[in-house]
Amino acid sequence: MSDPDPGMPDMVARFVPGDRVVTRALDPDHHTRLPRYARGHVGEVVEVQGAWPLPDERAQGRPAPWAEPVYTVRFTAADLWGAGGHEVTVDLWQSYLEPYAESDGEPLGEPSA
Amino acid sequence: MSDDHASTPIAARVRRFEERLAAAGLVDDAELDAILDRFLAGASPLNGASIVARAWTDAAYRDRLLTDANAALPELGLSMRAGLQEQRLKVVANTAARHNVIVCTLCSCYPIGLLGPSPSWYKSEAYRARVVREPRAVLGEFGLDLPAEVEITVWDASAESRYMVLPVRPAGTESLAETELAGLVTREGLIGTAAA
Repeated sequence: MSDPDPGMPDMVARFVPGDRVVTRALDPDHHTRLPRYARGHVGEVVEVQGAWPLPDERAQGRPAPWAEPVYTVRFTAADLWGAGGHEVTVDLWQSYLEPYAESDGEPLGEPSA
Repeated sequence: MSDDHASTPIAARVRRFEERLAAAGLVDDAELDAILDRFLAGASPLNGASIVARAWTDAAYRDRLLTDANAALPELGLSMRAGLQEQRLKVVANTAARHNVIVCTLCSCYPIGLLGPSPSWYKSEAYRARVVREPRAVLGEFGLDLPAEVEITVWDASAESRYMVLPVRPAGTESLAETELAGLVTREGLIGTAAA
């Protein structure tokens, strides 16, 4: 996880429902709440839930926990697992997400084994 | 809850943890006691059942519940304020076309302040690992065999929101009073591993 940009307002929501996003394919040494199965996958923002302190920051004892928007993001089982007809929604902090456009090509995450 | 567990190893660890939190000024004993009192007195699946029964009988309430559950709960004298801070509740409605099921893959997040303790299976690694991957099979193991045309959404409570399922009102219940309807709702139905 890269250090927060001190110039970036931490409460501004980058995404709205309907936006396509891709989750970061990180494997940090510190605590994070981006589940492993959902890393590096494309999803769709369903809802903006509100803003809460980023747990990655809190777990590292940073004095001013960085609050940011949390989104409900929907993934298809086909994308996550390579099989299955269901959907999975995951609640994700903004730092875990990047915008995704079809022209970006295949994200880094492969279907989880 | 029965029996006194004060002498067990886990109880000693919890006491040490409480002491360290208090010493760090993060919480005080009176605050913890108040939270525990509220939890023991008020948290139960019956709360979820009464919410569901109201939503089944009052369409406008159902809409308010699905739009903003935290605002709708106080209409029934309930809230998500049982802990140190108010938690956001999201209620997801089952329909004839879609069935919802809740999990916390990272740990075992559950609206305990509203519904009481979660079932042991909800906290198991097997449930948490499998339901996101093969929900239809897992629900079948709970005795819930959904028709093939019913789609499934699994909600992973991976952040600060807590989830509850609003089951479909069972057929043939048109003549039942609200309190009788509440009696049809189970803890499993509120998680999504049963039809109601």
